Amino acid sequence: MMKKSVNSKPKESRDELLKLYREMLLIRRFEEKSGQLYGMGLIGGFCHLYIGQEAVVVGLEAIAEDGDKRITAYRDHGHMLACGMDPNGVMAELTGREGGFSKGKGGSMHMFSKEKNFFGGHGIVGAQVPIGAGIAFADKYRGNKNVTFTYFGDGAANQGQIYETFNMASLWKIPVIFVIENNQYAMGTSIKRGSSTPDLYTRGLAFGIKGEMVDGMDVLAVSKAGKKAADICRKGQGPYILEMKTYRYRGHSMSDPAKYRTREEVQQVRKQQDPIDSFRNKMLKWKIASEDEFKNIDRDIKKIINEASDFAQKSPEPDARELYTDVYL
Amino acid sequence: MGSKILLPALSPTMEVGKIAKWFVKEGDNVASGDILAEIETDKAIMEFEAISDGIVEKLLVTENEEPIPVNSPIAIISGDDDTSGEEETSPDENVTIDLKESTTVSAVPEAPAEKLEEDLSLENVSFKSQTVREALRDAMAEEMERDELVFLMGEEVAEYQGAYKVSQGLLDQFGFERVIDTPITEHGFTGLGVGAGFAGLRPIVEFMTFNFAMQAIDQIINSAGKTLYMSGGQMNCPIVFRGPNGAAARVAAQHSQDYAAWYSHIPGLKVIQPFSAADAKGLLKSAIRDPNPVVFLENEILYNRSFDVPELDDYTVPIGKAKIWKEGKDITLVSFGIGMSHTLEAARELENIGVDAEIIDLRTLRPLDKETVIESVKKTNRCVTIEEGFPVCSIGNHLSYLIMQEAFDWLDAPIICCTGKDVPMPYAANLEKLALVSVTEIVQAAKSVLYLEE
Ligand SMILES: Cc1ncc(C[n+]2csc(CCOP(=O)(O)OP(=O)(O)O)c2C)c(N)n1
Ligand SMILES: [Mg+2]
Repeated sequence: MMKKSVNSKPKESRDELLKLYREMLLIRRFEEKSGQLYGMGLIGGFCHLYIGQEAVVVGLEAIAEDGDKRITAYRDHGHMLACGMDPNGVMAELTGREGGFSKGKGGSMHMFSKEKNFFGGHGIVGAQVPIGAGIAFADKYRGNKNVTFTYFGDGAANQGQIYETFNMASLWKIPVIFVIENNQYAMGTSIKRGSSTPDLYTRGLAFGIKGEMVDGMDVLAVSKAGKKAADICRKGQGPYILEMKTYRYRGHSMSDPAKYRTREEVQQVRKQQDPIDSFRNKMLKWKIASEDEFKNIDRDIKKIINEASDFAQKSPEPDARELYTDVYL
Repeated sequence: MGSKILLPALSPTMEVGKIAKWFVKEGDNVASGDILAEIETDKAIMEFEAISDGIVEKLLVTENEEPIPVNSPIAIISGDDDTSGEEETSPDENVTIDLKESTTVSAVPEAPAEKLEEDLSLENVSFKSQTVREALRDAMAEEMERDELVFLMGEEVAEYQGAYKVSQGLLDQFGFERVIDTPITEHGFTGLGVGAGFAGLRPIVEFMTFNFAMQAIDQIINSAGKTLYMSGGQMNCPIVFRGPNGAAARVAAQHSQDYAAWYSHIPGLKVIQPFSAADAKGLLKSAIRDPNPVVFLENEILYNRSFDVPELDDYTVPIGKAKIWKEGKDITLVSFGIGMSHTLEAARELENIGVDAEIIDLRTLRPLDKETVIESVKKTNRCVTIEEGFPVCSIGNHLSYLIMQEAFDWLDAPIICCTGKDVPMPYAANLEKLALVSVTEIVQAAKSVLYLEE
């Protein structure tokens, strides 16, 4: 059962609400710019955009505490921006430059920040899930009260190692929140065609893990569910599963013939459920901010993105001597 | 002011494309996200979206023309009120990028040389006889004593005291928090160990045998082995993957395989395969302290063998350093792990016919101590390599290449690689014996390299 989306005026402060909006918009504009740079040949290889799913990561980061950790797959730009990684460094990694978070050696799918407790950026579907549980295990081992947000997709949810991880995480009460970003598709395979049961939040039941379905297009609903899950984990009663119902507007990666769904389907979600537009409309209705204020935010974000784009193009390619560095410590 | 829309590259390899269909016409209002056109490449037809709001001023290309190169202008779109005057929102107009030109190609730099540490001096040190099993156990216990971040996990390591009793007594000594029985979940617990390593713990992951690590090889190679590089040096994984490797006895194809060459292939992993108890102890302690992922290959048949082990409070052996087991002048025999056992026997037989062999135990397979091998071959001018693994792409193959490159003029005969046979391990006792590398074969190979008559 999907939790109702939040419609009454929320308890968050005006600043908190505007921050949520800003962060979502930052991701949206960043991804649009990435698509553009890809089209210009400045970004190569695989590049998976997060457009449409912004509320998930922004809602969860809003309730994360100092020392909490996060890990995800290859659709990772949003996660990095939301946990505070510098857009310049992220964009420069996309262009494969020295100023990137991995000095240009990781690319879109492989970025990390020890400082922000962002553990990647993983290209193998499902592989980040046991790793996420291991990061959370380390917090438990050290007796910390932190949690690890471990993100994966609806397609990844069918990988065997996820169930191996569910079992261990539940057995050892590991403080990990499994965040399933159900954007309805794994490349071209809709959830109906790939999953024997559609309710992914129930997939932990056999292991004694509670879960719930959340409207992942509603940033406030995401935050609320995230807070509850994190509290449970911090008390040593985790793990917990959050299935975020969301949607990706763009192709799976930049090269996607998009023949597995209709244009109308995409347009309909965009018009009726867009996480950014709907949140903005609510805030206007609640008289939290004016049109002008939103315009100012838009302008600020554009500036940040253009700076990032500039930086990512001006930062030099890594020195050839970097070829043999960082293989061993 | 209109801005040019360029033909985008929609896939990693796209170089040209054509407009299969326009979804807009001149004068249309478009919003960011609207589909402008369908672009056809040799592989697929893909949609192309507007990236900002505006009015279509001009379409520069018609449908189904000849394919044009990526980054050719295809349309002009003017910004709407909101964005006009902010030229930074339009794509950089005059940029046409030729990837081949923008990527600077420099000469491939030299791979850095390994810095080798010397073995501890064992002058005036007393020794005690210990099995390899005991030595491994002591190594883990000493390191767990020394560093609270070290923990052991694996199937049957705790209550059962280890499937091969290598972790005997560790549970009593360190408790359930640090000696952890896992479910039969190789892929999962290996990934979990890797995560714990990223987060700063120092896991020792025991595989009941390395045959089962194949379930987890993605986590070992892709996650543990590559993340330091992919993170630009930020995220290391100090982890040891250990357990018995290679053939035991009569357990057939799925339970008898030597993974030495497999893991040695991977930059980012260190690979160790000790023979003696002293090296097993000293190298395991070094492996646990190493900030990199280390694959530590043991051998079930060797577990019960006794060797002299130095009685030192903290005996470590440097990773990456081969050991000259016995000096000799006629031929170099290079081996490691259980292969050393056959090699030593073969050397005794050779001695009986007057051949003085130099025996090198590689101990570490990656990084490989090439200098020690090359120096030896320059002295003896002949070489035979011995290992249990399959012949194709073996450690011996790699050594042969290195010797050919660096000591070609010193060689008096082609190198022979003695290996296991190129078949899955058979069960039948007689066939199993034939499949394994044998003392007779090593002696034969040595004679042949020495051009000795039968
Ligand atoms: C083990 C593995 N198999 C296949 C792939 C290729 N692949 C990359 S993404 C993907 C689809 C995953 O879909 P989902 O988990 O729903 O995540 P989403 O892309 O929707 O975010 C596939 C099959 C891979 N990277 N790793
Ligand atoms: Mg999906």
